Amino acid sequence: MIEFENVTKVYESGNKKVTAVNDVSFHVEEGKICVFLGPSGCGKTTLLRMVNRLIPITKGTIKVNGKDVNNTDAIELRRSIGYVIQHNGLFPNMTIEENISVVPKLLGWEETKIKKRYDELMEMMGLDPEQFQKRYPYELSGGQQQRIGIARALAADPPVMLMDEPFGALDPVIREHLQNEFLKIQKEMKKTILFVSHDIDEAIKLGDQVAIFNAGKLMQFDTPDRILSHPKNDFVRDFVGEDRSLKRLSLLKVKDLVELIDGFVEGRNKSDWSGQVISVNDNLRTALSVMLSEPNGEAGVADEENNLLGVLHVSDFSLLNGVHPEDLTIVK
Amino acid sequence: MMTERKTEQIVKFALYAIILAIFVWAYFTGAFQFILDHPGDLLYLTGQHLELIGISSALAICTAVPLGILVTRPKFKKFDWIVLNFANIGQTVPSLAILALVMSYFGLGFQTAVFALWFNSLLPILRNTVAGIDNVNPLIIEAGKGMGMTSKQIFFKVELPNAMYAIMAGIRTSVVINVGTAALAFLIGAGGLGDLIFTGISLFDTGIMLSGAVPVIILAIVIDKILSLIEKALIPRGLRRTPEYS
Ligand SMILES: Nc1ncnc2c1ncn2[C@@H]1O[C@H](COP(=O)(O)OP(=O)(O)O)[C@@H](O)[C@H]1O
Ligand SMILES: [Mg+2]
Repeated sequence: MIEFENVTKVYESGNKKVTAVNDVSFHVEEGKICVFLGPSGCGKTTLLRMVNRLIPITKGTIKVNGKDVNNTDAIELRRSIGYVIQHNGLFPNMTIEENISVVPKLLGWEETKIKKRYDELMEMMGLDPEQFQKRYPYELSGGQQQRIGIARALAADPPVMLMDEPFGALDPVIREHLQNEFLKIQKEMKKTILFVSHDIDEAIKLGDQVAIFNAGKLMQFDTPDRILSHPKNDFVRDFVGEDRSLKRLSLLKVKDLVELIDGFVEGRNKSDWSGQVISVNDNLRTALSVMLSEPNGEAGVADEENNLLGVLHVSDFSLLNGVHPEDLTIVK
Repeated sequence: MMTERKTEQIVKFALYAIILAIFVWAYFTGAFQFILDHPGDLLYLTGQHLELIGISSALAICTAVPLGILVTRPKFKKFDWIVLNFANIGQTVPSLAILALVMSYFGLGFQTAVFALWFNSLLPILRNTVAGIDNVNPLIIEAGKGMGMTSKQIFFKVELPNAMYAIMAGIRTSVVINVGTAALAFLIGAGGLGDLIFTGISLFDTGIMLSGAVPVIILAIVIDKILSLIEKALIPRGLRRTPEYS
């Protein structure tokens, strides 16, 4: 869906040259979230903004849906690609409804269709359309503003979205909340998303694919699990951190571990269980943390309807040796 | 924040007190009596005064705003310092000096006065227009670009509305100053309320002098009020409570 072929960007200011993106090639599949990960200044934003031609490409080609972006009219291209930036970039002079309706209006949609789309997007973002319609951005909280920013980018239902650290300025609790909502929405929308982040945990959580950069060079392009289990070089290893095995656990669900245990429901059932209970849909990192807080390292496992299925023990985690999330049922 | 508001209130209060004192003074020196005795003259001179301000300010707005917009366009960005310095010099030269300067070309009278007042009004509008547009948050311009707005759409839908607060402030300042400066127009034979002021001064008659000065003050206050109403209508509601936001 989005192909980067030997993409290079050299900034020239005066006689100084900065190679912000250095001969980068990879391919993002349709309907996937690809996270651009790396330290500040490694060229993530530059690469992202070359996709919608906000920054001209020095060398190489970027193709969206098979079409070289340089052969597409820049204005048309941008209207067909959703764009979200860190500080939401909402227009302070426009109401929430006007902000969200910008691109549909640019595309010349009918009034009624625009209104309908506004209602739809607000519902999707969990905000009351009526209540926010006539409000202005300054009247909203940071989290609400960022949701509007995302709704605005989705307004014309673009197949591709570019998101530059959209949750970066939010406090951790709200950030996590929005990440979860975002994943839920993406499950239905199946957009192709390029998502810039400098946070490894965010990348693991949101990415189907992760591209790690250092000083303009692509270090590794892989699934989050591969990045964590097979870091390609020292840079990636350092960047993901010593606790990468622990981080891998967040890619798996309790469900996945339970399925590896033969006769879990028959053999582990304790009807008089009084300790903490985790859900089959919790990730294993959370589960482990709960179990470690229990004196005997155990936790009850409940299914979606909150029925106790059985009890899990820390030692069960040894079953995960050599297991990769892509071999298992569902990851996200 | 709180102290700033307080200072503002104290200044405002002091200003009203001074105005009130002038009115009282005007009453005791017989300025109001003079006005009542010569309503025709006063009306005529006020009309002239308004004409001077109206034409010169309108011309100033029509030149300074577009010029300010022009120098903020990427193509002309290089030239903005030339224009701003030029306008700065215009402001530093005393009004009387401008009058003298222009007089040698236009001769005495209305045209010279309008030219001088126009020239004198440019800077506050120009400077605020440039600052207002330059200070629009680059992130929202970036967002507009990224969403596929053309540069024209970015200008009219994003830059201009968000710079409106500063532009209107410049216009208000400029016009109100202009009301006072226009009193000098009499000196070059262009009439206006300066007629009474300078006649009073030369006759050592405070009453006559104030019968010109008081209407100038009233005009300034009324015009400022009208402009503030226009401002309310022009500034987007989302910006009104947060002038610092743009
Ligand atoms: N407009 C520019 N002119 C010159 N250098 C730039 C410009 N924009 C970014 N850079 C440089 O390019 C490099 C990559 O920047 P950027 O893409 O913003 O990194 P990131 O988003 O990963 O933090 C940095 O070294 C930065 O200083
Ligand atoms: Mg960046």
